[in-house]
Amino acid sequence: MRRIETDVVVIGGGATGAGVVRDVAMRGYRAVLVDRADLGQGTTGRYHGLLHSGGRYVVSDARSATECAEENVIVTNIHADAVERTGGLFILPPEDPQDFGDKWWQGAKDTKVPAEEISIAEALKREPRINPHITRAFAVEDGAVDGWQMVWGAANSAKLYGAEILTYHRVAKIIREEDQVRAVMCTDEKTGEDVQIDCTFVINAAGAWAGEIAAMADCHDVTVVPGRGIMIAMNHRLVNSVVNRCIYPADGDILVPVHTVSIIGTTDVKADDPDKLTIPRDEVQQMMDAGEVLVPGFRKARAVHAWAGARPLVKDGRVSAEDTRHMSRGMSVLDHADRDGLKGLLTISGGKLTTYRLMAEHVVDQMCEQLGDERPCRTAEEAVPKSEEGKNYVVTHRLEEREEDRLADQIICECELMSRQSYVDLLEAQPQATLDDLRRQLRLGMGPCQGGFCTTRAAGLALEHENIDIERATGLLRLFLKNRWIGLWPILYGDQVRQTALDNWIFQGTLDVEHLPTPDEELTV
Amino acid sequence: MTDKSYAEEQLTRATLDHCVKCTICETACPVSAVTPLFPGPKFVGPQAERFRNGLSVDHSVDYCSSCGACTLACPQGVQIAELNSQARAVMKKNHMPLRDQLVSRTTLMGTFMTPVAPIANMALDMKPVRTIVEKVVGIHRNAPMPTARTQTLAGWLKKRPKPAEPATRGPIVYFHGCAGGYFETETSKKAILVLEHLGYEVLVPKQGCCGLAQQSNGLFEGATKSVLKLCEQLRSAGKDLTIVSTSGSCAGMLKHEAHEIMGVNAEELHDVGARTREMSEFLLDLYEAGELDTNFERNDITIPYHAPCQLKSQGMGMPAIALMELIPGVSVVESGQACCGIAGTYGLKKEKYDIAQAVGAALFKMVKETNPDLAVCDTETCRWQIEASSGVKTVHPIWLIHQAYGLPDPR
Ligand SMILES: Cc1cc2nc3c(=O)[nH]c(=O)nc-3n(C[C@H](O)[C@H](O)[C@H](O)COP(=O)(O)OP(=O)(O)OC[C@H]3O[C@@H](n4cnc5c(N)ncnc54)[C@H](O)[C@@H]3O)c2cc1C
Ligand code: SF4
Ligand code: SF4
Repeated sequence: MRRIETDVVVIGGGATGAGVVRDVAMRGYRAVLVDRADLGQGTTGRYHGLLHSGGRYVVSDARSATECAEENVIVTNIHADAVERTGGLFILPPEDPQDFGDKWWQGAKDTKVPAEEISIAEALKREPRINPHITRAFAVEDGAVDGWQMVWGAANSAKLYGAEILTYHRVAKIIREEDQVRAVMCTDEKTGEDVQIDCTFVINAAGAWAGEIAAMADCHDVTVVPGRGIMIAMNHRLVNSVVNRCIYPADGDILVPVHTVSIIGTTDVKADDPDKLTIPRDEVQQMMDAGEVLVPGFRKARAVHAWAGARPLVKDGRVSAEDTRHMSRGMSVLDHADRDGLKGLLTISGGKLTTYRLMAEHVVDQMCEQLGDERPCRTAEEAVPKSEEGKNYVVTHRLEEREEDRLADQIICECELMSRQSYVDLLEAQPQATLDDLRRQLRLGMGPCQGGFCTTRAAGLALEHENIDIERATGLLRLFLKNRWIGLWPILYGDQVRQTALDNWIFQGTLDVEHLPTPDEELTV
Repeated sequence: MTDKSYAEEQLTRATLDHCVKCTICETACPVSAVTPLFPGPKFVGPQAERFRNGLSVDHSVDYCSSCGACTLACPQGVQIAELNSQARAVMKKNHMPLRDQLVSRTTLMGTFMTPVAPIANMALDMKPVRTIVEKVVGIHRNAPMPTARTQTLAGWLKKRPKPAEPATRGPIVYFHGCAGGYFETETSKKAILVLEHLGYEVLVPKQGCCGLAQQSNGLFEGATKSVLKLCEQLRSAGKDLTIVSTSGSCAGMLKHEAHEIMGVNAEELHDVGARTREMSEFLLDLYEAGELDTNFERNDITIPYHAPCQLKSQGMGMPAIALMELIPGVSVVESGQACCGIAGTYGLKKEKYDIAQAVGAALFKMVKETNPDLAVCDTETCRWQIEASSGVKTVHPIWLIHQAYGLPDPR
């Protein structure tokens, strides 16, 4: 067993946990973050990609709207390399309630969400593909944010302040000494080793799994209702700014350009288990129909991947548990000293990725209060590493880089223009990584062919550079393909069918991947 | 909605959704086969386009010659060459070398060269002058340049005697293209004589440039104006008349390129495009309908034939081969090469000249080996390229037809 000593353990490496560990470390505490998987593999890696302007909530949730508007500015600055300042539109299709336009406009004023009404002609000039029959259009400050880039940015910033980031460490138990938290017990998922982290404080930021974690400290009945939402990435940017349907928040009302794709979403259905999220066919159709309202011809466009995420919504008893959309999206902090008589444990849940920093600030403030320390939050003022220059992400950047190095370097993932060098460098830094771990940072296999051409190259390079054995290389290859396919089955129509057919011929016909020499147990991490 | 946004947003870009990354287009591209400077059609086409967002950051797309071999080869229907042309238009919007404007204003060059033709030709033949031209405007000193004639086609039409026989088949419109009007007037004259021999009343309305050269140099605004003006001019000759052209590439501009690449969606373009026939296509149609006079004089000859890339993209096969082989004794050997390298004005540019020569090398060799005295090709710039680089006289297919009908040389 390995033993580590620290002040604060943060459980959960999503946006919230990464924000918390950064804040804790910046306030001068020793901190360790643990996640059972890679950073951003929970909801933070399965969300919509929208850096809210607040516009979505100006009517339904005024407080969230204002918070989003304020945090939007901060996150755009401190995470410049993760945020693309796309701008956004709220468009009112003719078939929707027309009086919502005025309500929305009034709401934007009341909540101080920056907005401007623009002419239909101007809206069509900005986004030529949108529904030309819309009756009103408002411009807002929506952006697109890469959740992984953001989380890694926060984690790397925390590391600069001395924090330790332990991925693939699953929490099994929180050890208490009477009414005080003493340690967190984890299993290192890569080695199977037990790890005990002695500490005086634990912040539970396990999102949809926060209830399970609280129970590990014998704090029961923390109900986090997972609200499942599906999203579909379309093959290219059908729009270059965020396009919102100007209606009361509903399903499939937002189209977000993120990197090279545009993402339509989402739905909201109560789920039983955040680890078993389905992508039902009727919801896929629902997204296509909703997309068609925003962009005529949408149904014929190519979808490349679908996924589902679980909103971590803390049940507040005000609405029925079936209807998660209308529960508070606001953040909630549970103080287990008050609730369960256990000192040194706070649970933070709910909220949005856009407001992750503010959530962290709130919970760390509360921790400081409990500890009797006065240490102010500084996370809003300081940019994370690689964002110091304040240059925001632009979609053209990889094409520009490949133009520069096209005669000197190879391209491994052609769809996402990922260079061999960037891949080999990251592999060196994270030799234990699976191809999915690398994908989240490099976009390996995330384009139209969904790993059809790059998976073998990536596995081969891993074999060449890391001295992993052939069995692990095979395992990596198969695990990656399996995970890609989870997001392909639900959208097998149109152009993507041809792609999957070709991919299938390559992997089954030519390489016969299903009959390669198999390890006793299929690789999972 | 402007035409440009229509082009960029609606038509071609959507076809990138069909790409399955099979790489077949890469194997068809004559440019990436000869230079590592060009990343190839799959890369600059469906891949790079996903990253562009209306901005231009990848100047290597300019190495694409727009030959269209990739689009023709793609089994999934991706309009790769068209995507590239559009990307180039964005790239050149703010930064346009003088040369690209000059070589693309074909009529302009023709009109100001004609009255001073001998001087212009002499100047263009003189090494020192060409070296200066290369330095100043970037046209390679060895690039083939058109020879200006002392008399334009319009001048000839005005002066020549009226046809002896009255027309028996009604009127037809002849579209000669800039080269056929100013530089290669011989081809135009022979075409008119053949059509008249077949009984047509040949109408040759005043006609400007189709804008193809501007289009392939990314100057969409000017090109759109030109092509629409041309459509009006061709329409002025009469409603519903068939329009025949000996300029394969200009016919392609009317038939599909102006619409597919620049998104021009005007009624006059669709009208003219639908009525336009490439000369060999037109004659072969007549033959298939049993209406072509096949009373040809025998000509025992083996001819190398190269179908220009822009003709292949019209998706009509290679009618010239079947047409020429109607002449007893004629045996046509198809070049089997995608492109001669010139691709309109591409091979004229100093930074592209060597690439263009490498692209055409196999073709030049094949031409020389097949017949050192005569080759056939349907498009002017390609003929100039083949002639300059192989030393073999290269003519339009109509020359053989004209000769086989025993028609007199045009006076
Ligand atoms: C469909 C959908 C779309 C959304 N779209 C947007 C949007 O566009 N914009 C926006 O701002 N917000 C959006 N959100 C909300 C936002 O994604 C979430 O609020 C945010 O990502 C939550 O982050 P988190 O860190 O709290 O949770 P998570 O990212 O889920 O992090 C929890 C972490 O805990 C870890 N964990 C669980 N159990 C254990 C254990 N036993 N041991 C160790 N670690 C454990 C998990 O592995 C996980 O990484 C969306 C949410 C959904 C569901
Ligand atoms: S148009 Fe010709 S040169 Fe350009 S990419 Fe296609 S095949 Fe290559
Ligand atoms: S553009 Fe066509 S030929 Fe080229 S890789 Fe894509 S599908 Fe294949």
